[in-house]
Amino acid sequence: MKLTELFRQGKFVVTSENGPPKGTDVAEMLENAEAMRGRVDAVNITDQQSSVMRLGSLAACSLLKQRGIEPIFQVTCRDRNRIALQSDLLSAAVLGIENVLCLTGDYVGLGDHPDAKPVFDLDSVSLLETVRRLQNGHDLANEELKGKPSFCAGAVVAPEADPVEPQIIKMEKKVKAGAQFFQTQAVYDPRAFESFMGQVKHLNVPVMVGIVLLRSAAMARFMNRNVAGIRVPDALIEEMDKAEDRTKKGVEIAARLIREMKGMCQGVHIMAIGTEKLVPAIVDEAGL
Amino acid sequence: MLISEQKPMEEILGYLNGDRSVFLLGCDGCAQASHTGGPEEVREMQGRLEAAGKTVTGSTVLDFLCERAQVKLGLVPFAGQVAAADSVLVMSCGVGIQAAAASIDKPVHPACNTLSLGGSRGEWQGSERCMECGDCVLEWTGGICPLTACTKSLLNGQCGGAKNGKCEFQPDLRDCGWHLIYERLRKLNRLQLLRDAPINIKQYSRMQPPKEIRNTPRWSLDVRA
Ligand code: SF4
Ligand code: SF4
Repeated sequence: MKLTELFRQGKFVVTSENGPPKGTDVAEMLENAEAMRGRVDAVNITDQQSSVMRLGSLAACSLLKQRGIEPIFQVTCRDRNRIALQSDLLSAAVLGIENVLCLTGDYVGLGDHPDAKPVFDLDSVSLLETVRRLQNGHDLANEELKGKPSFCAGAVVAPEADPVEPQIIKMEKKVKAGAQFFQTQAVYDPRAFESFMGQVKHLNVPVMVGIVLLRSAAMARFMNRNVAGIRVPDALIEEMDKAEDRTKKGVEIAARLIREMKGMCQGVHIMAIGTEKLVPAIVDEAGL
Repeated sequence: MLISEQKPMEEILGYLNGDRSVFLLGCDGCAQASHTGGPEEVREMQGRLEAAGKTVTGSTVLDFLCERAQVKLGLVPFAGQVAAADSVLVMSCGVGIQAAAASIDKPVHPACNTLSLGGSRGEWQGSERCMECGDCVLEWTGGICPLTACTKSLLNGQCGGAKNGKCEFQPDLRDCGWHLIYERLRKLNRLQLLRDAPINIKQYSRMQPPKEIRNTPRWSLDVRA
């Protein structure tokens, strides 16, 4: 089912994320997805996250779909030109995939194949525009399609980027290009999120706040140093530092953040990064 | 030699839409040889702009617009005319346009598309500034080229990877090009440009000019003279 349908029904939408394996053994990925069955509305399948070569998002989405778990097909512009991207979107449509998340993608130099040729023929904005044109029955060369796809197309934004203005300007462009919902980069400061939501109110588009499960104080410090758009407040780092059971603490903080921000947005996107089995606990504790 | 072509007049007038007066800046180097920004073309441009109802506050043709220091120096005698204009129209390759934009605290509009650097990178050393994309977008980006300044050559805005104004890739070595663009436009009070810029789905075919343009530095002199 398209996420747009759920937003329309006024549901607080819950999604999570799953990374395909490096290789053909999909047992663990499916187990993780299974753990989230019925607990989240849809599961994002990442597309060679952090530019690390893995099993493709399209194949993994199809596996989930066959098992009745709603996938969100993440598509990045890093590895494919407009011919391959359009073709993969058509492929996704015939495989029954209804939700796509359009991303630019990390630079190739950050991953495990730094010698690869970076593509970026399109970017997140022009990819959204591409989806729109395909849905209207034409490709980017303006050739007519025999049968057209229909997607719910989403995009991402980083509410705690500094400065945030260029991100908001780009978000506006994404809406113009057809974005129907947004997932955010991880947010740890509800006040900052509230101010961001105030600034994008005019866009009238559903926003799902991003939650990254904290696993340790060291992880929080690492993200503060190295990950764009993420700011974990000192108070939370300290909480993690002092916790006896860090897993429990991480879940508790994630659930608390969701409870605090639930009223400000239309959904939550939970990123557990390898510990997907904890997602149901977060959902329970957040009272979703 | 850097080979350029003039943009269609329609496109140039579109850029100048909100401006009543303009200063014209040409280049006596490659742009003169390409017949896109020498004294003759600047004169012609002045006529066309005046016919379109614009006031031309002045003009000059400098040697090597692609050298930022030359541009600064060369514009000193014209400071009054530049100050009197709403904007500056630059008739040169992408490097020259960027050197002008970096030297003038005014909106700078590109009048040309750069087709090939013909083996040269311009005289403004220190960085690669133009990738000969054949469809110059400097109008929308504060005179900073996103193809060379952004690691991914993104055309529709900053990606989510920038941190503290640095690029996600090699942050100790690379500024985020889109952060520079944002800062420049903010300073000029022209951020609206980022919102107004049409969604760019680049025609990369325009980066493949006929081979003779790529290979013959004296192409323009040989063919067009
Ligand atoms: S946009 Fe950049 S690459 Fe294209 S012509 Fe202008 S300066 Fe050159
Ligand atoms: S961080 Fe900035 S320069 Fe680097 S790829 Fe993203 S937008 Fe381009």
